[in-house]
Amino acid sequence: MTGTATAGNLLRLSALDALELMRTGALEAAALTDAYLSQIAKNDKIVAAYLRLTTAEARLKAAANDAAPAADRAPLAGLPTAVKDVLVTEGVITTCASKMLEAYNPIYTATSILKLAEAGIVMLGKTNMDEFAMGSSTENSAFGPTRNPWDPERVPGGSSGGSAAAVAAGEAIWALGSDTGGSIRQPAAFCGVVGLKPTYGSISRYGLVAFASSFDQVGPITKTVRDAALMLQYLVGKDPLDTTSVEHPDVINLPQDKDLDGLSVGIVSELVGEGIDAGVKKVFDQAVKKMEAAGAAVCETSLPHVEYALPAYYILAPAEASANLARFDGVRYGFRAVGALADITEMYELTRSQGFGDEVKRRIMLGTYALSSGYYEAYYGQAQKVRTLVVEDFERAFDQVDLLISPTSPTTAFRLGEKTGDPLTMYKSDICTIPVNLAGLPGISIPAGLADGLPVGLQLIGPAFSENMLLQAAHSAEAVIGFDAVSPLIERAD
Amino acid sequence: MVSDDDVRYVARLARLKLKSAELDRYSRQLSGIIDHINKIAELDLKDVEPTSHVTRLENVFRADTPWSSVSQEKALLNAPEAEAGAFKVPQILEAGEQ
Repeated sequence: MTGTATAGNLLRLSALDALELMRTGALEAAALTDAYLSQIAKNDKIVAAYLRLTTAEARLKAAANDAAPAADRAPLAGLPTAVKDVLVTEGVITTCASKMLEAYNPIYTATSILKLAEAGIVMLGKTNMDEFAMGSSTENSAFGPTRNPWDPERVPGGSSGGSAAAVAAGEAIWALGSDTGGSIRQPAAFCGVVGLKPTYGSISRYGLVAFASSFDQVGPITKTVRDAALMLQYLVGKDPLDTTSVEHPDVINLPQDKDLDGLSVGIVSELVGEGIDAGVKKVFDQAVKKMEAAGAAVCETSLPHVEYALPAYYILAPAEASANLARFDGVRYGFRAVGALADITEMYELTRSQGFGDEVKRRIMLGTYALSSGYYEAYYGQAQKVRTLVVEDFERAFDQVDLLISPTSPTTAFRLGEKTGDPLTMYKSDICTIPVNLAGLPGISIPAGLADGLPVGLQLIGPAFSENMLLQAAHSAEAVIGFDAVSPLIERAD
Repeated sequence: MVSDDDVRYVARLARLKLKSAELDRYSRQLSGIIDHINKIAELDLKDVEPTSHVTRLENVFRADTPWSSVSQEKALLNAPEAEAGAFKVPQILEAGEQ
């Protein structure tokens, strides 16, 4: 490998392939980390996937890995990893892409990162996102937008846009994101990579800055489905520091090479009709045909209440956010407004008005409205009932089929600025992913092809804790779809 | 329809101070979003139980054993203002009040 390794080759390696090369001594972790760091140096001025690099620590960790005998190395040793800036890292400024946390230096590290660090990953840096994970384009970052590696005039999706763009640009071998309403899957779809949102409770949320606690889930963004399964193996588990976390009932397997014989798949009929772009639909239909040819029994399945998922989500998630973000008060950590402050109320108000961006304020107000006296029952109470209907829709569907599929997002990556003026249009970008969060289910987006040169994602949804079946089906689908395009930024590195 | 007064009231509850141009924009945008949200009123939800937890987790208990927590020094590390080992805020009580 060393003899033939070009920068482009190293940037195309999956995490599993890189591990194998490092195990046999054909590749050094230092060389791998250097390849990604130089790709960042070359391209991140334009892509802006990272908010902060941890270059020196990354080089040290990679070198330490190379110095250790192969038998003593941790299982994920040497894998250059990007981390969404919503996960706190002790000693590394963690901003949530907000002015509110611009200088916040966490005093602890998120469980998910601790676990991956113990398994040997090399953290390259912290990635850009929509402020406090609220958004679908990464344009809501207080530090400027990230650009899509396939077309810099377009958004990478969001809120984990920095993590998805980093993987698509060859600026990380894989990445961590978080998904509250589609924030892993939609940017993965827009950037032509794989994104997995695991079952609610599978992964500890300790150290994940809270947006909507009954929806938030950490997950991998990777080049391949097998890499997503690999990272998931090290992320799952009950954590006493997150009481909503549970022990996953299964040991997570790496998917095997096999066809889709015996798998029944339901196309969510409500998510392939009106509102889905023709180009997306065409790529989706082709992917379905390939899955059928590989043995899957495909039918149409209805989720009758799915059209109510978006309205219910935009009551529940902002309601939870308005409570969670009450902690940003300028007292214990984070930004505080300066100047003559008449009293503590003025300090709170100025701190929050100056520290939060537009979309965050909008959602806090929306949530406060939904929880306020006189509206609580009509909005919050009713939305929790709608949530039950959506959960039951999925349960009925899974009595009929093993898995459900849909496009991941109704469109491909849109242009910067195209949807910033109208919040509701932006929210509709997550119409296919939000129902999955309402029901707490696992969902994965895999690249299905290109429409006008831009990636289209295929979403697969499984019952709660069905990650092994979901990942196996996604791996088999990935193989028959045969998507092997990479972004121009990786092509140019050859 | 969300009026400027509604937005002003909600902002006050959320401890946000809005400029008048913001008031106008937010009341327009929140009206649009709430119109969409009102779609759930079409549903008959009389006999539906609200979801309290998606994976139906109930009471989580742990042993009541003491364990070490964050030190005072560490807890104050990110404080915008601290004094004598405590967070410092603008005066809350009037002179003479306790």
